Amino acid sequence: MPCMKGDAGWFSPHRLTQARLIDTFEQVNGIYSGFRRNHAKGVCIAGYFESNGQGTRLSKAVVFQPGRVPVIGRFALAGGQPYMADGPKAVRSMALSFRPRDAEEWRTGMNDIPVFAVRTAEAFNEQLLASKPDPATGKPDPAKMKPFLAAHPETARAIQLINAKPFSSGFANATYNSLDAFRFVNATGASMPVRWSMVTAEPFEPEAPDQATAQDKNYLVDALIARVEQAPLQWHLIVTIGQPDDPTNHATTPWPDNREHVDVGTLTIDHIESEAPGNCRDVNFDPLVLPFGIAPSDDPLLSVRSAAYSQSFTRRAGEKKQPSAVQTPDTGMGE
Amino acid sequence: MGMVASLSDYHWLVSIHKPLGILILVLVAIRLVNRLLNPAPSLPDGMPAWQRFVAHTSHVVLYGLMFALPLVGWGMLSAARYPIILYGPLQLPPILPHDAVLYAVLRTAHTVLAFLLFATFIAHFSAALMHALIYRDGVFASMAFWKARAGQRTTGAKDDYIF
Repeated sequence: MPCMKGDAGWFSPHRLTQARLIDTFEQVNGIYSGFRRNHAKGVCIAGYFESNGQGTRLSKAVVFQPGRVPVIGRFALAGGQPYMADGPKAVRSMALSFRPRDAEEWRTGMNDIPVFAVRTAEAFNEQLLASKPDPATGKPDPAKMKPFLAAHPETARAIQLINAKPFSSGFANATYNSLDAFRFVNATGASMPVRWSMVTAEPFEPEAPDQATAQDKNYLVDALIARVEQAPLQWHLIVTIGQPDDPTNHATTPWPDNREHVDVGTLTIDHIESEAPGNCRDVNFDPLVLPFGIAPSDDPLLSVRSAAYSQSFTRRAGEKKQPSAVQTPDTGMGE
Repeated sequence: MGMVASLSDYHWLVSIHKPLGILILVLVAIRLVNRLLNPAPSLPDGMPAWQRFVAHTSHVVLYGLMFALPLVGWGMLSAARYPIILYGPLQLPPILPHDAVLYAVLRTAHTVLAFLLFATFIAHFSAALMHALIYRDGVFASMAFWKARAGQRTTGAKDDYIF
């Protein structure tokens, strides 16, 4: 409905809404029919999660009971341009949907950075606008970023933390973090703050400066496809339990390293294929699709993500679909 | 309405919206069965034909929308392959196959039907107030919880509590 887009209501016309936020993405990146407005370039994956039962004392979610759970997901690059070239410094994401039989689904979207750059939706919107490439140079205008960073010291600190950690050389050997905090509720009703990570089983290799070749715009995804063709990839799902004082509403703030880490199971990815009707392309990896036993924390970004992703999904669902940048048939060693 | 224009309240609003919608579906089914078994009081003899037509039509439209809206909601979530959580582990099965375009169509339909229901409710409520305050012909009393007052009773209207 045209009258809904961008309307925050007659009494508060300047309030940031999910429509306005997605409008900002479209303003900065352009509109690519049928594609997600962020993490636009991606590829679909599938496999399973082998739960080792260590998570049952933390959460009553069925997915943590010992056993195997089918998983589908998506690897992507952050940014709203589906035909962008793979490159160094592009943030990579892993989105997953755990689908236990006869129990609730769990969806999560994680990034390969240690903390998120902003704390609130308003800051995210401002940062996005400040990062819009200057038409003259094709690059963001530092004159716009400076006042933003001055007004958001938490972002300046977060960016320092992000830059201090070298990026890995690909999707396969990256570790993906929930960034937002959640709450696990166990069978006795105890609720605890958690963050989680998919920690790669591959040895770490830093990005090489000459890695991005001019010819292959999809060198990161192509390397991933080649890797999955050889053998399945694995990650350990590590849950970090926060102390009562640890901030759950500051995605820019890391928790101290000495917090308890629990390995609750192993993710195996053994299939990869391009986005197509009915696969991960048409799934919205809303981080608030949670099973009974996992609940949102007071992190303000969670409801924002859910609202914004829903807006993007609704806009793109009815649009004419273009083929994705990455084209590969269903590849892998599955059963 | 707040759902689609609020970032921070989105999650809890949507979370109560779904079970409330299903509750309305169940209640309107019960109401319809009750209405078929216990017919409504007849309209006053002197009521003009156009008013009778509008009254009957508005009832059909209200019932239709109260059935259609939650079913379209359930259908659209099914087509989007969203889980349909009512409360805790209690969820509804999908009623349509996973199809992005089908979701887009139903999502728009949900909004259009919602505005239609809102408009029909306002019109219906305004008409009821017209009968209560302007016409004073006993029609409002026949809808309200309380019995019709003696002076407003019309021929053929039942004395029972009607709702």
